[in-house]
Amino acid sequence: MGLTLVEKILVKHSSKKKLEDFVYAKVDFAFANDITGPLAVKQFYKIGRNKVFNPRRIAFVCDHFTPARDFKSANNVSFLREFSAKFRIKNFFDINNCGIEHVFLPEQGFIKPFDLITGADSHTCTYGALGAASFGVGSTDLAACMASGRCWFRVPKTLKFIYKGKIPRWLEAKDLILYTIGNIGVDGALYKVMQFSGPVIRNLGIDARFTICNMAVEAGAKTGIIEPDDITFDYVKRALKNKKVPRTAYRVPRNEYKGDKDASFERIYEWDISKLEPQVACPHLPSNIKPASSLKSVKLSQVVIGSCTNGRLSDLRIAAKILRKKKIPSTLRSIVIPATPNIYKQALKEGLIDVFIKAGCIVSPATCGPCLGGHTGILGKGETALATTNRNFIGRMGSPESFVYLSSVAVAAASAIKGRITHPAEVT
Amino acid sequence: MIIKGKVHKFGNNINTDDIIAAKYLDSQDAKFLGSKCMENIDPNFFRRLKPGDIIVGGRNFGCGSSREHAPVAIKGAGVRLVIAESFARIFYRNSINIGLPILECSLARTIKEGDYLEVDLSKGEIKILGKNRIINSEKFPGFLRRIITSGGLINWTKRGRNLRNKMR
Repeated sequence: MGLTLVEKILVKHSSKKKLEDFVYAKVDFAFANDITGPLAVKQFYKIGRNKVFNPRRIAFVCDHFTPARDFKSANNVSFLREFSAKFRIKNFFDINNCGIEHVFLPEQGFIKPFDLITGADSHTCTYGALGAASFGVGSTDLAACMASGRCWFRVPKTLKFIYKGKIPRWLEAKDLILYTIGNIGVDGALYKVMQFSGPVIRNLGIDARFTICNMAVEAGAKTGIIEPDDITFDYVKRALKNKKVPRTAYRVPRNEYKGDKDASFERIYEWDISKLEPQVACPHLPSNIKPASSLKSVKLSQVVIGSCTNGRLSDLRIAAKILRKKKIPSTLRSIVIPATPNIYKQALKEGLIDVFIKAGCIVSPATCGPCLGGHTGILGKGETALATTNRNFIGRMGSPESFVYLSSVAVAAASAIKGRITHPAEVT
Repeated sequence: MIIKGKVHKFGNNINTDDIIAAKYLDSQDAKFLGSKCMENIDPNFFRRLKPGDIIVGGRNFGCGSSREHAPVAIKGAGVRLVIAESFARIFYRNSINIGLPILECSLARTIKEGDYLEVDLSKGEIKILGKNRIINSEKFPGFLRRIITSGGLINWTKRGRNLRNKMR
């Protein structure tokens, strides 16, 4: 029986001939952020090794509570800086030269197809968009990984999602993934891989593919993955110009970067999305979806456009297109967060930042910030936000008595103009 | 190992933001994190808790972020064991890695708030005291049993490759 792409990557990296239930596999790249990193370092010291497996294959990206929101957060960053210096880890990034990890790392060529990646952050599944097997792990996992260069995995079953039809106007990748999570539930893919495919996915740009794979974890998945094609290889080729990590240990011919024809899937979902409307996930679960047009009565105190889900250049372009020559009501805070300094620079060059500021948005430096209730946009009691982020759990963006709705960039930008949840067609 | 304790019941999809709110993540201190455990959904949880108590959840316990601070907080609060119908995968591996005992049990919903349990971890046997009922939980695969009996991933990694493979 054939193997799926993720199974192939796991077999190759565990130097086995065939698939077993558990593998103890070699990792190409491992990283943590300023929240999971300090705990990982403390656990690493407990193992008692005097060196890491390969300093060039390890990175720390300080993006969550940075620029430091208080002295404790600042101390955590310093702690990682000192550890990196001591163990010769060059890939230590403070917020001034990184941005949000899941946007920054692929942008800088750290992630390649067929890589096996572990990150101490749940949204590590984002890199499945490049055809990597990329798994979110905990801090102790990462500590063990730093010491041994290996990680244990239960080999997951795969669910296949095929999207067909013509993408309607105003529909974005975010709507596809929200619709999918809404259909299968927040544990619908528990322990499994979500493989996204079909003609609709093939026509999506790389930014949109990142958005889809990013939220696979919201359905409980081990990771999301899209088999690489020309769009992937073009992106990776450009990103590799910034290459700072060694090549993948396992080189395979380009036409091998996909699953076998007779690979087995636990279940195949097939959806025609030609008539799908923009979706919004209502409090307090990402699976609690409703069409945007049915939520006109929801008044907003804040809109957030950004995060590892939707803070990329193409997202900002969509937002700017809708917000151009429009004015946001003074009762609403609209926060735009370009995900990396490079995206910020490009947005500035294209005049997008100008559009946001003229419309009345706050343009924030790159950070995870409000997405996880860290800083720069915390909600108070009774406040409601519409965000292009990925989670809307109780208290996620601040007060346990606040409300978070999740949507695409187009819906968020349109809603900012009206001060309530709005279908983009209403404002254009 | 036998664990005895009182049950604190939670529903489906208890996420890691519920277990420990993001604002406390700049700490790695188990005692402090424990004192904030479940604050967003049950502010009195820590005060009601007695050392050795047991958490029983529904489906998808520990979903959401990868923060290991969540099982660390549960352990730091003095909870000895978490039983759930199913666990989110990162929470599942984090718990095994740091040595917080967990059991996956399809009949977890039949355990009630305030029940007293006597749990045999090695057999995966859950006895509800006073009700004369015994429920069996899922068995851990051999690979994971080896990590669990080592006391967690740190100890397991410390051992050389040969020892790791030999351990049963």
